[in-house]
Amino acid sequence: MATFIEPGITDRPSFIAGESVIQIVDVHKTYEMGEQKVHALRGVSTEIRRSEFVAIMGASGSGKSTFMNILGCLDKPTSGHYLLEGTDVSELTKRDLAKIRNQKIGFVFQGFNLLSRTTALENTELPTLYAQLPKEERAKRAREALAMVGLADREDHFPSQLSGGQQQRVAIARALVNRPAILLADEPTGNLDSRTSVEIMDIFQKLNEERGITIVLVTHETDIAQFAKRNIIFRDGKIKTDTTVANRPRATEVLRTMPTVED
Amino acid sequence: MDVMAIIRIAMRALARNKMRSGLTMLGIIIGVGAVIAMVGIGQGAQQQVQQQIAAMGSNILFVSSGTVNRGGMRMGWGATKTLVYDDMRAIMREAPAVRMAAPGSQTTAQVVFGNDNWSTNINGTEPQYLDIRNWPLQEGSNFTQNDVDMAANVAIVGETVRKNLFGATDSVGQTIRIKSLPFKVVGVLVPKGQSAAMGQDQDDTIIIPITTLQKKMTGDTWLRWIMVSADSKEASYAAQQQIEGLLRDRHRIRPGTDDDFFVRNLADIADLQDQASQVFTLLLAAIASVSLLVGGIGIMNIMLVSVTERTREIGIRMAIGATESDVQRQFLIEAVVLSLIGGGIGILFGLSSGFLISALLHWPVLISPLSIVVAAIFSAAVGIFFGFYPARKAARLDPIEALRYE
Repeated sequence: MATFIEPGITDRPSFIAGESVIQIVDVHKTYEMGEQKVHALRGVSTEIRRSEFVAIMGASGSGKSTFMNILGCLDKPTSGHYLLEGTDVSELTKRDLAKIRNQKIGFVFQGFNLLSRTTALENTELPTLYAQLPKEERAKRAREALAMVGLADREDHFPSQLSGGQQQRVAIARALVNRPAILLADEPTGNLDSRTSVEIMDIFQKLNEERGITIVLVTHETDIAQFAKRNIIFRDGKIKTDTTVANRPRATEVLRTMPTVED
Repeated sequence: MDVMAIIRIAMRALARNKMRSGLTMLGIIIGVGAVIAMVGIGQGAQQQVQQQIAAMGSNILFVSSGTVNRGGMRMGWGATKTLVYDDMRAIMREAPAVRMAAPGSQTTAQVVFGNDNWSTNINGTEPQYLDIRNWPLQEGSNFTQNDVDMAANVAIVGETVRKNLFGATDSVGQTIRIKSLPFKVVGVLVPKGQSAAMGQDQDDTIIIPITTLQKKMTGDTWLRWIMVSADSKEASYAAQQQIEGLLRDRHRIRPGTDDDFFVRNLADIADLQDQASQVFTLLLAAIASVSLLVGGIGIMNIMLVSVTERTREIGIRMAIGATESDVQRQFLIEAVVLSLIGGGIGILFGLSSGFLISALLHWPVLISPLSIVVAAIFSAAVGIFFGFYPARKAARLDPIEALRYE
């Protein structure tokens, strides 16, 4: 099984595993709505290192979604700098941003966002298609990724034939298929029942600990945030608290205490 | 992203809404089919006209006696008696662009064979007339120069005359009566049908030696017409000028006075006919193109709906790394696949309706490979043209907004 350490890292000697993957320096984001200016982010600085597992929390309007959009290279900061693996993303063109989203970032959404009438394998393959990988390599990687989330036997299933938890696992496989530097999950458990939510967190914990994948997830559920190693809480466009989680629960153990539901 | 993969995605997207894709394609199918069938009809008509002209001979000039003004009364074509046999000899001798010439005189007479009779044109001429008109015989043989010299009673009949007088009986060797004179039928002309230029039945005629007509029937000494063939279609214009100059000279027509003869160049008529049928083809193609245009607008419409419906999908694709051009290409190819499949079916539709039209209505339909190729290219162009705006719209979507779209 391939490791998820970027092959490009060796080209950059200044960058060592465990060092910062994301550096955010005094990022502001202002939206202009007619005459009115909305300050979504008012000076955010932070750093996320390799193999971290960060949960971002905050009420709606706190700026956490804007922050996630910037982290995911879907949006650019109005001012300040965002360095992803040492590259200043705030200066890149749309085309380069699309490439970074493809190569360095894996997205997991609340609503799974799988393409309907498209099999699990093809959904997983999608990012490799835009990465211009050869056909055999695409299928190989997609199967590997599906195996990682425990869905190797469901590759020919359509989303409509899968449960919510399984669909979210396909989405995670899709996020991992291009071996990104970071996995961004936006309320990944928002549409799932509590047991399935813990199952997803179990997968995240395993990916994080066994494979060293860096994960940033947005949630508004405190008990979900507890599975992460570090919690950042946003308020009024700024980071209010940034704490390391003490007594972090193990999702595997939590699952044992929960009643099993028929899949 | 390789093109085959995009085409597969496009096919799947189109298959997702079979009814809608089918109806959208119908616009293109009808458009392309109409263009192919209409152009086929136009080109068929054009070819028919060209064939008729070729049969008539586009290097032919028809010199006829002209009009005369008798005390303010203008008599119409053929009224003058100034066109004579020597004019024809002079044309042969002095107009270098002329290859052959045949004199002609004519009358109308009742023709009798047994119990049947028929009124027709009697043309008196010389044997080379049939060569000039490139008019072979289906039976028998031409009369000879000797028959002309002797003013022999021999006749060649046209198909219409043969049908009306003889029906199923053999005609060659029979004797018919024209103005109570007995004539031996020596040949039957192959049918030529209606003339493209004049629209009259060319087969309704009897041809006899000019001397027989003039001496035994009409008593005329002048000619009604001279049929001239030039060396080629191009030479016919020079021949026309040469003949006009020569005849004005011979008839001593002063500058500024009207000719007493009239030269009609069949090349002119051929050009005119050809132009008319080209305009006809163009007109049909233009009308049919309107339906292709409407089909294209249908594609644009459906692609815009599709882009709106699939906003979320576009957002997903952008989030996982599709660039603007990837998205644009995807939707553009979808539109092109739609219009090309429609175009392909439209070609079959056009071919079969062209076949039906020629089979049922007996219209000449000529579908050239070129028009099929043009139709295929055109339908792809329609897809690109009308797919461009929707594809652009898809590519310009903001991924954040698109992902949030419900």
